[in-house]
Amino acid sequence: MSTHDVAVAGVGMHPWGKWGKNFVTYGVHAARAALADSGIAWPDVGLVVGGETVRNGYGGYVAGATFAQALGWNGARVATSYAACATGAQALDTARARILAGMCEVALVVGADTTPKGFLAPNAGERWDDPDWLRFRLLGMTNPAYFALYARRRMDLYGATQEDFARVKVKNAKHGLENPNARYRKEVGVEDVLASAVVSDPLHLLDICATSDGAAAVVLTSVEYARKHGLAEPVRINAVSTVTPTFPNTVMDMPNLATDSTLAVGAPEHTFKESIALAAYEEAGIDPADVSVAEVYDLSTALELDWIEDLALCRRGEAESLLRAGDTTLGGRIPVNPSGGLACFGEAVPAQALAQVCEITWQLRGQATGRQVEGARVGITANQGLFGHGSSVLLSR
Amino acid sequence: MTATPAVEGWFTTGPDPALVGSRCVTCGTVFFPRTAGFCGNPACDGETFEDTELSRHGTVWSYTDAQYQPPPPYIPRTDPYEPFALAAVELPEGLVVLGQVADGYGVGDLRVGAEVELVVETLYVDETGDRTIWRWKPVIEMGEETDQ
Repeated sequence: MSTHDVAVAGVGMHPWGKWGKNFVTYGVHAARAALADSGIAWPDVGLVVGGETVRNGYGGYVAGATFAQALGWNGARVATSYAACATGAQALDTARARILAGMCEVALVVGADTTPKGFLAPNAGERWDDPDWLRFRLLGMTNPAYFALYARRRMDLYGATQEDFARVKVKNAKHGLENPNARYRKEVGVEDVLASAVVSDPLHLLDICATSDGAAAVVLTSVEYARKHGLAEPVRINAVSTVTPTFPNTVMDMPNLATDSTLAVGAPEHTFKESIALAAYEEAGIDPADVSVAEVYDLSTALELDWIEDLALCRRGEAESLLRAGDTTLGGRIPVNPSGGLACFGEAVPAQALAQVCEITWQLRGQATGRQVEGARVGITANQGLFGHGSSVLLSR
Repeated sequence: MTATPAVEGWFTTGPDPALVGSRCVTCGTVFFPRTAGFCGNPACDGETFEDTELSRHGTVWSYTDAQYQPPPPYIPRTDPYEPFALAAVELPEGLVVLGQVADGYGVGDLRVGAEVELVVETLYVDETGDRTIWRWKPVIEMGEETDQ
């Protein structure tokens, strides 16, 4: 416990899927579920922070106000955050900061999205100064192609196989079977993954996460407010890391066409993704060895293996050994993605980092029916988005 | 009909084509693509850059391919679509640069750490003719060719 803890009073989600509805519908559903879970009434919320969605017009750009209005204007302060895939965590951090500053007692954080089918493509129009546009125009470099670069490195450097990647999918599919918020709830075999079409070698279609509609919401309060309202032992957020990279960033990051150069300044001690987790551990004063469960951003199966190492849950190049030994499966030493992960959810960008926090909260409360990590005390989340964004949230009870 | 680069000023053409980056005249850091803004080195407030040609040879950091046609603004060269390979290549200047892989080569011709060289080839064709782009071509070592 530290002086910068805040309490998670309530969490809620709208199930992931392709529902074809407006993102606001999902967001309000998740917000009401989180408020009901907290036992706090909407008029008592002093701050609403929305995760911006960039594919749903003006209402999406001002998501915080959009949700506040949909719930009925209550005079709360409002903010909207955008940090690509880390949007939800940045929104959470904004809420946390205002609570820790003593300027707010109850904050509602909401992220929701409605996504198009197929590859996530850049916004329309010719934009010769936008790397996200240029990477498609000049290289045909899709998101799965970046994921495939990381996967291939694991194969050539650490001896990973396509079967290993498939095993991640098999594990996560099994984890998500009984998760009511998961979109895909079906067992998958190694042979199913290997029989699916190769999208970007070495990754098959079933190695890559889909894009989904969905929403997640979190009600945060000060520890003092939680105590006064009878939440004796709430799940606490011990750290929210949203650090940016340190120059020179030497790992090829989506959507860039090149990395920084190490010509004038040498590579930093830690990669960007390592530094995201490190900052969370340092802020919380928690050691990686104390972590009982992790929710990581498996945009691809192989990326889950990278994250396990980035979170220092094992040494570099050892994630396949953990996977093969069943250590990252429910019942293993350090279960990873008990929710089923993006493999079972698909990505709903502004909601995803919040969904990770919802899952860890349920795990730490012992409420993750059908996928419970027994005795979970400390949970960590991790994700990375475009343009130097990433997040890691550490929670404990 | 002539061949013109699909993007202006990013690479030279001719017998020994090279990527054109920017060198910060204050701290010496190299950037690609070229920049006219601010130096990315946090210890440097440089805003003046000079063009610098990057090494034509590098080693593969990683590689993949695009087996499905990428969405616009990608312009496919052929109909039906033909898959192509992609490589991220580490250059002696200490940076990794993405590129498509030269025509006729696929992921089977690549491995992490292998040497490649820069070539310029046609990306797509429009009303002005061929529009070209830089690509990475595997350097086949002597004696290996017979195994291909």
